[in-house]
Amino acid sequence: MSLPPFETVVDEYGTMVMRVCRAVLGSDIAAEDAWSETFISALRAYPDLRPDSDVRAWLVTIAHRKAIDQIRARNRAPLPSADPLDRPSDGAPSGLDGVDLDGDLRTAVNRLPMKQRHAVAYRYLADLSYAEIGVLLDCSVAAARRSAADGIAALRAIDLQPSRSTTRRKLTS
Amino acid sequence: MNTDSMNTDTVHTNDALVTALTASLDTDRADLDALRARLTERAEDEALLDVAYRIVDSPIGPLLVAASPAGLVRIAFEREGHDAVLDQLAGQISPRIMRMPARTDDVARQLDEYFAGRRHEFDLPLDLQLVSGFRRTVISHLSDIAYGSTASYKAVAEMAGNPTAVRAVGSACSHNPVPVVVPCHRVVRSDGSIGNYLGGVDVKATLIALESAA
Repeated sequence: MSLPPFETVVDEYGTMVMRVCRAVLGSDIAAEDAWSETFISALRAYPDLRPDSDVRAWLVTIAHRKAIDQIRARNRAPLPSADPLDRPSDGAPSGLDGVDLDGDLRTAVNRLPMKQRHAVAYRYLADLSYAEIGVLLDCSVAAARRSAADGIAALRAIDLQPSRSTTRRKLTS
Repeated sequence: MNTDSMNTDTVHTNDALVTALTASLDTDRADLDALRARLTERAEDEALLDVAYRIVDSPIGPLLVAASPAGLVRIAFEREGHDAVLDQLAGQISPRIMRMPARTDDVARQLDEYFAGRRHEFDLPLDLQLVSGFRRTVISHLSDIAYGSTASYKAVAEMAGNPTAVRAVGSACSHNPVPVVVPCHRVVRSDGSIGNYLGGVDVKATLIALESAA
């Protein structure tokens, strides 16, 4: 058994990785950069991947690291020492973020605390297990499950209250 | 922007919310294609593409054309199953395989010229890593058979320095990794009948007819 051509990996997972990058990063530009970095890194390492590996989880792990790189670069100037995962979303993303957000749900995702945003993306967009998410986010399985549940609940709540979310969404227009 | 229309569908179950979330994060097909094109360019620049391929339309059907950095490494007929051939290449050469037409622009252009009757010899770097030993010796002698002519399996065996290896020549021809460009279609039986061809006997006859008409 050998690995399939890398082209089929991009075929199969390219869209999913882009959704994850967009959810985690908000900005389309940052997401495209993270997507490209993810697949170039994956291509570099691909021949050494064990053929029976879970390619989906492998790619999401790489995408997670590349997204963290993007977040660190974005935060470097204002908050040099902050760990991006521990930092709650500030609710007022930098200029680039506000420009290309194109949907209410995306805006709502972007408002989630960082850890919830990651957990929601990896659970509901990438279909990772809570155990895998716990490894990625450096937390327990229970904490990963709670973050995903809290995130989804927050999205549902925001969606339910358009008037409240309208005031919170003022940056998007 | 307004969430009212969405509310009726999304808030009642997680699945609908996830569906809406997924849709809100989707990328235009064209944008993703552009990103993929940039990815392959960068992969080429960083020497990460061990095999680049494209599909070339031709009068004998779509041809899979694959090149390593060293040169043309494989041409496959549709009846071989292009996906199956790509899987083989992943195992034989490397799984770092992507569709990238640019590397094989010269191959595509020369094939077009050949099928239009305007090109009688190919001038391309070849990577014959998929064949070795006597088969490789045979393959490297096939281009000595002039455009528009044919040679018998026995004659090719003599050219390759082993006059009795007629069956081995047949086997080498059927394992030619770069048919058309390396003209195994010009090798026929001693009695004048056409013999076998990986692309099908009809394709072999078409190529011989093309060359005799031009």
